Amino acid sequence: MMKMKTRPVEVLRRGHMACPGCGLSLGMRMVLRAMGPKMVGVVVPSCVAVTSGPFPYTALGVPAFHSAFEIAAPTAAGIAAALKEQGKEDIPVLAFAGDGGTFDIGLQSLSGAADRNENFIYVCMDNEAYMNTGIQVSSATPRYTWTGTSPTGNPRRKKQIMEIMAAHRMPYAATASIAFPEDLTRKIQKAKAMRGTRFIHMLSPCTTGWKIGEDMAVKVAMLSVETNVFPLYEIENGLSYTITYSSRNLPVEKYLMAQGRYQHLQPDQIQAIQAETDRAWVDLQGRAAKRKEEL
Amino acid sequence: MKRFITGNHAVAEAARLCRPQIVAAYPITPQTPIYEKLSDWDAAGELGGTMMRVESEHSAMAVCLSASLAGARTFTATASQGLALMHEMLHFAAGCRTAVVMAVVNRTLAAPWAFWSDQTDSLSQRDTGWLQIYCENNQESLDTTIQAFRIAEEIKLPIMVVLEGNFISHFMEPVEIPEQHMVDGFLPAVCLPRRFDVDNPGYAIPTVTQQQFRKYRKLSQEAMEHSLEVIEQVDTEFAAHFGRSYGLVEAVDCEDAELVILTTATITSTARVALAELRAEGLKVGLFKLRIFRPFPTAAIRAVLDKAPRIAVIERNISLGREGIFCSEVKAALINSSGHPRIQGYLAGIGGSDVNPKLIKRIAHHALETDMVQDGPLWMAEDE
Repeated sequence: MMKMKTRPVEVLRRGHMACPGCGLSLGMRMVLRAMGPKMVGVVVPSCVAVTSGPFPYTALGVPAFHSAFEIAAPTAAGIAAALKEQGKEDIPVLAFAGDGGTFDIGLQSLSGAADRNENFIYVCMDNEAYMNTGIQVSSATPRYTWTGTSPTGNPRRKKQIMEIMAAHRMPYAATASIAFPEDLTRKIQKAKAMRGTRFIHMLSPCTTGWKIGEDMAVKVAMLSVETNVFPLYEIENGLSYTITYSSRNLPVEKYLMAQGRYQHLQPDQIQAIQAETDRAWVDLQGRAAKRKEEL
Repeated sequence: MKRFITGNHAVAEAARLCRPQIVAAYPITPQTPIYEKLSDWDAAGELGGTMMRVESEHSAMAVCLSASLAGARTFTATASQGLALMHEMLHFAAGCRTAVVMAVVNRTLAAPWAFWSDQTDSLSQRDTGWLQIYCENNQESLDTTIQAFRIAEEIKLPIMVVLEGNFISHFMEPVEIPEQHMVDGFLPAVCLPRRFDVDNPGYAIPTVTQQQFRKYRKLSQEAMEHSLEVIEQVDTEFAAHFGRSYGLVEAVDCEDAELVILTTATITSTARVALAELRAEGLKVGLFKLRIFRPFPTAAIRAVLDKAPRIAVIERNISLGREGIFCSEVKAALINSSGHPRIQGYLAGIGGSDVNPKLIKRIAHHALETDMVQDGPLWMAEDE
């Protein structure tokens, strides 16, 4: 008899409010599928909140709370603490926030929660600008990137959120990509099995803000990994680095030129981005090698 | 058991007796001793629940409102700048219909920097949808904190128990601390809705339309109005359990009064002394204590003050560009009164400056002897 294959339970339901081709909604779907329906979700103003839908509709198949912009982490901490008091410590709490809600306005409260090692999973859906309000620069926006408030290109470098989180010596922090669903799923499931503050940084290509086609989110996400712009790795206890995917080391130009937001770049700017990416990649490999030596 | 303790200690005792499941707090003068006392008990395993030492007041309120939505009994305490930092969260906690109980220890808002009692911090939060109860002394601060959990959990709106910095927070008074079983008999185990049920998932606080927003605001307003009954009923039950009650307002010698002095909080206890002396002088003066500020007890005020010839509002706060906030509110409450009371606002005690019986008597004489009422406030101070 033929073995029946069952489809996984989709927690993010059809009819969500994301733009067509949205990378973030794919990421939400994968994260929630890996978590399963037994969890409590926290969303804050961001594209995640838009995607989740307006009253009386919701795309989320789990109990969830649309909390305030800068408090994803303490919201999750408060719910987790209440569930513990009610003897329901087995129900995990997962918070979604955007890059603005994580790198900028929510950084203090996230740092506080991570410092106390509160018990929740935090997923930063990073689309590298304030997309929910219409493409304004954030501290997650990479250098030279066009946004509505950096019309000639962002002069600042992207804030290194993973290093900031690692500095908290939290149990688990990992990058994840919609182009690598197995890697993403494994990381979510690994995080789910742990306790304390766990952080996932997911690059979420935005068709509108990145000026890419509706069929390009996964490809651009894939290129971000293959060019080492967004390497896939995990950090345990803030110190132990593991690179979870060996990239093809493609030139960054391939990633940049796939997107409308970089069409204004000059050759020297592309070279500068390449040099910076190379430096960061060598640094990351060094950290991972140090871990191997220790093992 | 009666003990000689500070107001902060009294509030902490009350909070502990109410068995909060989540306490989230952050230090700020003059509230910090509440946080420290609860931490001591937490360390000794006598607090129960989870104590979260958060990185800001903003996060303290974020934790409390989230835990309350999850169905937990929550408590925090703050003052001044910390309360101002919470402002956004206060609207959110009320809009989410949580039952957070918070002690607010009145302190000046900077600038300039100061540490003394001034009610402008809590009164600035007037429109956030929180109930506000102003306490006169240490005992009332303890009792009101216990009452607050009952009220908040019944009406599902958050409550500020407001006590003045230094005058209550750090001054010591004999306080009757109830036995645990007495409090347990008065305040049952928490029974709030648990909004995050994995077997029956719902999405709390989604985006709504204009009409839906209006509907929710109206429901909150109705809950506020209804809460006056709940406050009175809880106060009556409290009296049955503990032998003490406070009412929405308190009127002393107002029946025949040509002048009613209207006060809140600690100025009230000083005014009680002044009142006795004024009556001894043969002056027909009464005292009216406003205890509940939100919801505003308009009917209770009108029942006593509709026909009062003159009212002097003495207060320790100011809405710059207008007058004392209690004065504005009392004027608005009495605008339709048949007796058309003449209401004069006196700003005394701003910045925590001393309001002694002598100053109150001076104000009373001024109010009785002056025929013209000024629309703006009169500044009166002990050293002027």
